[in-house]
Parts: sequence; C-alpha cells; structure tokens
Amino acid sequence: MMRGQHPLAALLFRDMRVAVRVGGGALMGVLFFLVVVTLMPFALGPDLALLKRIGPSILWLGALLASLLALDRLFASDHEDGSLDLILTGRTPLELVVAVKGFAHWLTTGLPLVVAAPLIGLFLNLDAPAEGALVLTLLVGTPALTFIGLVGAAIAVTLRRGGVLLAVLVLPLTVPVLIFGVAAANAAVVGPLPFGTPFTILCALTVASLVVGPFAAAAALRQEME
Amino acid sequence: MLLSAVDLSCRRGGRDVFAGVSFSVAAGEALTVSGRNGAGKSSLLRMIVGLVRIAGGRLALEDGDPELTIGEQCHYLGHQDALKPSLSVGENLRFWANYFGAGDSDIGETLAMVGLDALAELPAAYLSAGQRRRLSIARLLAIRRPIWLLDEPTSTLDTIAQGRLSEFMRAHLAAGGLLIAATHAPIGLDGAKRLRLGELQ
Repeated sequence: MMRGQHPLAALLFRDMRVAVRVGGGALMGVLFFLVVVTLMPFALGPDLALLKRIGPSILWLGALLASLLALDRLFASDHEDGSLDLILTGRTPLELVVAVKGFAHWLTTGLPLVVAAPLIGLFLNLDAPAEGALVLTLLVGTPALTFIGLVGAAIAVTLRRGGVLLAVLVLPLTVPVLIFGVAAANAAVVGPLPFGTPFTILCALTVASLVVGPFAAAAALRQEME
Repeated sequence: MLLSAVDLSCRRGGRDVFAGVSFSVAAGEALTVSGRNGAGKSSLLRMIVGLVRIAGGRLALEDGDPELTIGEQCHYLGHQDALKPSLSVGENLRFWANYFGAGDSDIGETLAMVGLDALAELPAAYLSAGQRRRLSIARLLAIRRPIWLLDEPTSTLDTIAQGRLSEFMRAHLAAGGLLIAATHAPIGLDGAKRLRLGELQ
C-alpha cells in the first residue's frame, strides 16, 4: 500500500475544503445566525432585563435554524455530481462515511456558530457567566443538531427541493436538544435549577444522536440509492 | 477471474427494463453492451456495481477477492464525473485516490497520462466536458481495480483522447483486468464480446 491519507481523513479534508471555498455555504449559517439575533433587540425593544432573560433562548433558536441551513446539500450535492455512487463502491463502511461527513459539516457550520455566539451574545446583554454557559451548551448541543439532521439530509437526498422537507422532518426531532440546551443555559443565568442536571441530559442526547444518526442516515441512503 | 451473469432482470419504477440477460467476461476480455436508449445499458452497469437492485437472476464473480463485494472491485465510470468544481484538478484526483486507499504519490504521473498535468492547480469548474471526462478516466488509472464498468466512456472525448482511452483499456486487459462498456460507438477494442440489450421487448 502506498503512502497517503486514510480514506476517512481524505473525506474529512475534502468536505471541509469544499465547504469553505466559493459556494460552499459554510459562512452562510453564521451570517444567518448573526442577522436573526441582531434583529431581535429591534423587534423586542431596548429592554435590557428582558433581553438578558430570553437571550439564551434566542441564541439557541438562531443556532438551531442556522445549523439546518446548509444541511440539505450535505448528501444532495454528492448525489448530483455522482460522488455518492463512487463513495458507495468504496471499502469504507457507509456508517463511518456518514459520520465523517457529519463531523466535517459540524466543523464548518456548527463550530463557527459556537465561536460567534459570545460576540453575538453581547447584543443581548449577556454577562460573562451566561456567555460561558451558553458557549458550553452550544458546543455540546450543536453536534446533536447536525447528527439528527444527517438523517433528514439522507432522506431528502434525491429530492430537488429537499430543504423544506428536511426542516419539517428534522425540527421536531431537535426539540429535546432545544429544551435541554436552553434549560441548561438559562439555569446558569437565572436559576433556580442547577446547571448540571439539564446539561447532563443534553450531553446524553448528543451522545445518543452521534451513535444513532449515522446508522439511520446510512440506512436511509442505502434505501434511497436503489 | 470470471464475471458471469445468468438470466439477470431489472425492474425500475414498476417497469421491466430488461430480463433474461446472460453473459460472462473473463480476465483479459472486454464486453461491449449496446442497445437503444432506455434498453437498460446504464442500469446493467449500475446493477453490477451494486447501485441497482437485482430483480432476478444471478451475478457471480469467480476468483475475485473473497473479502470484497463485486462493487468494491469495480471502477464505475458513469455519466457524472464525481468532481467538485471548487477543488483543483489535483485535489479531486488525490481525494479519490486516497478514498479508495491507493495513496496519492503518483498523482502527477497519472495526470500526465491523461494530459492534464499542466492544469493540476486549476479548479475543476473551469474544465471542459472532455477534460472532466479525462480526469474521471485518470481515476481508473490511479487506483487499481480489476473490473472497469464504463458508461459511454468516449462521449465528449476528442479523437486523440479516444485513442488514449483505447490504449488504457488495452493495457488494463493485458494486465489481467476485464471491462464492460456500454456504448453506441466502437471503442477501438478488437475481439470484444458483444451484448445487445432490448431485443426482448
């Protein structure tokens, strides 16, 4: 065997390159996030106490919608240019391929949201402890959003306008992540719950989706390709 | 190595595309599949590679790698080129070489074989249809797999590139590979077996 990258490493770097180059859409999610959250104070008025109280909810909702934005292209673009056919003839298990594609997608769309959140949180009058809690919940929660979304992306792969269907399919499944993500972030801001309880459940949801998502998405893709 | 099909049938979208198709191709042999549009040439190739369900009949590979499926020993050159327009020519080929576990040390030489070495840094978006097809063909050369399944391989290629492709195919057959090509036009292989689809309907 000649020197070279591992197949999965090659796939990871290729997907990340495609995402950050022209037309890849990696920054689209962050921009959307920024726009949605920036508009909120204008809609709600300059009530700093109110903004501080609902800030975590707004940021989480923005992150949830932003993380869905580019998701419909995750498998569809590979399907349209024939890459998916070739990926299926590779010797790497499809579940791992799907997981790596999901990871690449999170690194290019989810992680920027986490990084941008503290900056955008300033618009919502969040103080340092709240910012910290928010970043931590987003860091743990956004992978769950991506990996739940994987399943929807795999189901919508052959559809021309899969984006809306994807949102309809995926958003209900992300409700638990949203509830516990916001609960943990709020707990750190206003209490009275301890931060640890909802945060632990959020971690559990993420771990479960990291395991179940790739298997379900791979099964959907196999079915779809027939 | 012997790839054989007995009484294969294909059903897509509730319609029988073909039925009762039998053939066998041994190492060093080529099979050309012809037939009118919609006769199922592409479906047959996709069926061999495992992308279309076998509705009936049997497909078997003797003396292949028992650890691998038939599809994992095939190169499938379809209508789509599987190239990412935002990646450069070299990056595209390097990805597939790495993904298929062939290593990326010979990428430059392989690109030279298809005459794209001068364009290695160019994003694939700027390639012409024929150049894109040549880059797909480079994939066959960069990664060694014993079975080549070529769907209209000469479409969009100029006569010089068609000649080069015939050379690659002859070298592949001489090295003990086998190939099946769906085509309307002659592909420059003497002594290729022929299969005509669509006689049944």
